Amino acid sequence: MTSQIHTGQTIIDPPEDGHFRNGAGSNGLAPSPTTLSLHLTINGRDHALEIEPRVTLLDALRDRLHLTGTKKGCDQGQCGACTVHVDGERVLACLTLAAQVEGREITTIEGLAGEDGTLNAVQAAFLEHDAFQCGYCTPGQIMSAVACIREGHAGSDEEIREYMAGNLCRCGAYPNIVAAVRQAAQELRS
Amino acid sequence: MRDFSYLRADSIEAARNAAALPGAMLLAGGTTLIDLAKCGVAEPSTVIDISHIEGLNAVDVTADRAVIGALARMSHVADNPQVRNLFPAVSEALWQAASAQLRNMATVGGNLMQRTRCPYFRDPANFPACNKRAPGSGCSAIGGVTRGHAVLGVSEACIATYPGDLAVALVAFDAEVDLGERKLKVEDFFLAPGATAEQEHDIRPGEVITAIEIPGSAAARRSTYLKVRDRQSYEFAAASAAVGLELESDGRTVRDIRVALGGVATKPWRVRAVEDALRGKALDEAIVREASELAMEGAVDHGANHYKIALAPRVIARAILKLGETA
Repeated sequence: MTSQIHTGQTIIDPPEDGHFRNGAGSNGLAPSPTTLSLHLTINGRDHALEIEPRVTLLDALRDRLHLTGTKKGCDQGQCGACTVHVDGERVLACLTLAAQVEGREITTIEGLAGEDGTLNAVQAAFLEHDAFQCGYCTPGQIMSAVACIREGHAGSDEEIREYMAGNLCRCGAYPNIVAAVRQAAQELRS
Repeated sequence: MRDFSYLRADSIEAARNAAALPGAMLLAGGTTLIDLAKCGVAEPSTVIDISHIEGLNAVDVTADRAVIGALARMSHVADNPQVRNLFPAVSEALWQAASAQLRNMATVGGNLMQRTRCPYFRDPANFPACNKRAPGSGCSAIGGVTRGHAVLGVSEACIATYPGDLAVALVAFDAEVDLGERKLKVEDFFLAPGATAEQEHDIRPGEVITAIEIPGSAAARRSTYLKVRDRQSYEFAAASAAVGLELESDGRTVRDIRVALGGVATKPWRVRAVEDALRGKALDEAIVREASELAMEGAVDHGANHYKIALAPRVIARAILKLGETA
């Protein structure tokens, strides 16, 4: 009982012959060994998915669930455009398998504003400070900034620059991004 | 990315059983594995997700020793108040690595398994020759663009730089990696390429890293990690140094000193020649600078990385002198 493996919703004992039978019949798993049945909790809502194991959280969000606010920039973990929150912490959706975050709370840019459309303080500050030009990196910048402030890493401009370094802006809107994060951090503290 | 089977382990024992399967690879934070799978470098037939195993992420720190669970995230360890207080070089190495997002994902156990950033290693479509990927196929970096490549611990088979920061601090302070059945020094866990560039770690099929242990010491308490790079943040080291210092009661004679280098070697590189030259000596700038040069004994450059031979001793000296100024 101590030695168990889950595949999707299923538990399999590691076999002696070195081959996993991933999806044989009786336990409700999809018959194809390369398809998983997943439930993801995104912005407080449950989503059921049938996907290949290799599908990243980013591709699941954009291509399967049509939550296209999360952007695909480099798709290699270098630009930060795909930043989302998993259990409240900022991570890169492009290097996260969708299967890996089953059971976790996922928040995307679409889940940031209030239900009545009231913007998050960071979103409002980005508008006020014109903290973007083309806007492509902006959802990732905002998701990163919300977490940066929550972590307590937005205490000075220097600290904001260091802890926002994982979000690249090719338009070079950095001074305005720092100003927006600084203002939102002050508002959220007071 | 080639498709694979996905299995989720809920215990270390299950992970060990699964890790022994041919073609299986363990998935923790995913920041190396998923990246390399996209590059076509890693082609697992089965991915074993160990990130849901409970009880492997504890950070337990006393003055005697830090025990860090393999699944502890880099960001959490970096921000741990006792790690910052008793092992500052470890905290600094962690928060200067990667970005906030990657540090939230990456685990310390996975970090020890991080692969090189050698651009030839990462591009199999354009550069089929790589002794790390395909033993015996040759090295595309030798004779290529080498600005980021190693000058220490290199061989004719491979000059790829070990890219990490944490392990540099770990080897400076005699940390051990716990593999369950056995424990070994982190310094011995990493293997220089020699003729077998494909073997980077002393880890066997079915072994899983469960924890990292760092002995406490006065040198670890008074330590720092200095990382010099092409840009101020979110970049791999051009050269880095983990340094720890203990002075005699006179406040200027070196009782204990630890020095390890990153960004310039094929593995986390402890430099005992520098330590031996400074133990018992006064902490004087000229003496420190002269001793720091000893770190480059045996260094071999391949053209564009020549600057590292000049840079690394200066990084060591600056880190030691900075520590000497702190009370």
